[in-house]
Amino acid sequence: MIPASDGVAVSAERVSRHYQMGSALIRAVDDVTLEVCAGEFLALLGSSGSGKSTLLNLMAGLDRPTSGTIFAHGRNLSEMSRLELARYRSRTVGMVFQAFNLLPRMTLEENVELPLRLAEVERSERAGRVREALERVHLEKRLSHRPSELSGGEQQRAALARALVNRPALLLADEPTGNLDSATGEGILLLLREIQQSLGMTIVLVTHERPLGERFADRIATVADGRLVSDGVKP
Amino acid sequence: MKAGDLGELALRNLREALLRNSLTTLGVAVGVASLVAMLSLGVGLQELASKRLSQSGLFNTVVVTPRTNLRGLGRPRPANSSPSRASRPLDEGARQEMERLPNVVEVYPQIRFFTEVRYAGNPYTTMVAGMPASARGNGAFDGIQGSFFSGPTADEAILQIEFAKELSDHPSTLLGEELVLRYAERQALGAQTGVSDPVNGDSDDGAGSGFSIVPREKKLRIAGIVETEPAAGFGGFGSGRVLIPLEVAAALRAAQVNDLRDVVRGTKGKPSYASLTVRAKSPSQVEGIETAIKNMGFSAFSLLDATRNLRLFFAVFDLLLAIFGSLALAVATLGIINTLAMAILERRREIGVLKALGAADRDVKQLFFVEAGVMGLLGGTLGVGFGWLIGRAVTWGTNIYLRRQNLPPAHVFSVPWWLVLGAIAFAIIVSLAAGLYPASRAARLNPVEALRYE
Ligand SMILES: Nc1ncnc2c1ncn2[C@@H]1O[C@H](COP(=O)(O)OP(=O)(O)OP(=O)(O)O)[C@@H](O)[C@H]1O
Ligand SMILES: [Mg+2]
Repeated sequence: MIPASDGVAVSAERVSRHYQMGSALIRAVDDVTLEVCAGEFLALLGSSGSGKSTLLNLMAGLDRPTSGTIFAHGRNLSEMSRLELARYRSRTVGMVFQAFNLLPRMTLEENVELPLRLAEVERSERAGRVREALERVHLEKRLSHRPSELSGGEQQRAALARALVNRPALLLADEPTGNLDSATGEGILLLLREIQQSLGMTIVLVTHERPLGERFADRIATVADGRLVSDGVKP
Repeated sequence: MKAGDLGELALRNLREALLRNSLTTLGVAVGVASLVAMLSLGVGLQELASKRLSQSGLFNTVVVTPRTNLRGLGRPRPANSSPSRASRPLDEGARQEMERLPNVVEVYPQIRFFTEVRYAGNPYTTMVAGMPASARGNGAFDGIQGSFFSGPTADEAILQIEFAKELSDHPSTLLGEELVLRYAERQALGAQTGVSDPVNGDSDDGAGSGFSIVPREKKLRIAGIVETEPAAGFGGFGSGRVLIPLEVAAALRAAQVNDLRDVVRGTKGKPSYASLTVRAKSPSQVEGIETAIKNMGFSAFSLLDATRNLRLFFAVFDLLLAIFGSLALAVATLGIINTLAMAILERRREIGVLKALGAADRDVKQLFFVEAGVMGLLGGTLGVGFGWLIGRAVTWGTNIYLRRQNLPPAHVFSVPWWLVLGAIAFAIIVSLAAGLYPASRAARLNPVEALRYE
């Protein structure tokens, strides 16, 4: 069954990602079938080690499943070459991480410009788009600051701007609030919601904090030990 | 990624780890410098040697003698050798013909004879040799005391230092003094009043072609004293202890060995030369000239084989120098590999982030590659500069030493353009090769693992 591209942004079909560690087989993701609709805000819940990040990386095309297929906007990621996957990440996906992962030696402006360089966007267009992205996260006054000069929340907002600058159809956020206090974390998620409403992309948010998922997401899927244990609209 | 962005990011990465990257670049520079220094020394010594050798006249001269040799005189002539070719006289006509050959600078006879010289009333028997005016440029006259002949027909003499010491305990006081050359002039019999003893009985029998020897004197001013024995081609004026201008020597028409031979051959009144020296523009043209002269019907000799061996020697010498220089560069290459490999460890996370943001393997690879290339370019340029400075220092040191030894300064170092550009290109190529392995490792780095928490 090939899912129709409209309506469904990403779908995982019986996806597994196993690691062979000596004689032990670690089922980081085990036989997961999941659909994410276009424009949907999905929260992926689960305890530590349950396989959330692994699943997210599979959706991002950073990793390949041991078995099963992942479709993103109608295209089978397993059939793509490494170069095509890089293009997919560059043009379709935006990623945010728990550790922010801004490059410490670059200013905010340069960090946000990086995806534009990688996507070979014209130089003349870049400055405007960097500014626009930083305005969205209210950091337009910190263009020439380095990440170390910013608070955690500000850094995560800058990372969000970097993820958004290429106008991705799919935003994948791996515990973006994990390193922030709850108020700051909520601020980030509010911002995420607000941006989703104005830009209309699909969001998959990985978190282990159920309340956050319940408050911001349209739908919650729960994984445990690599398996999908519940999938549904919030109660 | 576009080339411009690639360059910008590479430069920025190099600047960020400034200390480590400068040290690596310096390593490349030292490697290139030693390579450049070694090769420059090779080129410089080679230039010096070939300049000195061509000045010495050993390798750009051909000595011509008539084909009839003394061995052949007593023996029956081989049936296949044509008598007309073999007996061609080495006379003025032949000399001029040789001078018209391409790439020939000059052709001059070897005039050399034993005679008596008087100084301060004492007689000395010594060898007198004629010097062509072109000998002025000869390296042997570099350290001359006094001066070279004021003109091609000046009645002047240059003494070899050993002979000058025989004349006086203070050779330098001889400059400007007068020397009397006693020589024998050849005159046709009967044309002279004061006939001295006829020279040789054999030729006396030949009616009309006999001559007598008339003693003469010529006053010469001592113009200079030379330390080294000037050589103008092997078989040249090597053994001359009193040197006089070639034209003066020729005018003396002194009794030379070939006078007898002229008589034997019966070439009436027409002098021929025992041997001629042909000077080529450069040693490389000697071979062609030698062949041309042999085709004219003369015997010709040169030290061509010796120059060939010399070239072989320098080829091996250069090779050895290049090997030592390359060893230094090999060490520098390991430095680049090490630096970039360390950078991968340190920049794992950065590489992971780049890939998560959409960098293809190719982008990461090229980034590392450009970084290696830039280090190569900078190291190469710096290295050529260092190498040049080393060359200057060596030249400087050598010349201080030479001056102490009372020797003329020499350029033992030469940094030609091809070496400058070649060294930089070589440094870049070597650096890129060194970057190959780290770059492909960086490109293959698994982003998921690179992004996992530290
Ligand atoms: N490269 C690997 N080799 C072996 N095991 C791995 C590898 N990557 C992940 N795992 C295992 O797979 C399981 C799922 O890991 P994953 O990082 O997806 O968990 P997670 O749900 O994101 O946890 P957390 O909330 O702590 O981030 C873990 O047990 C982990 O040890
Ligand atoms: Mg995780």
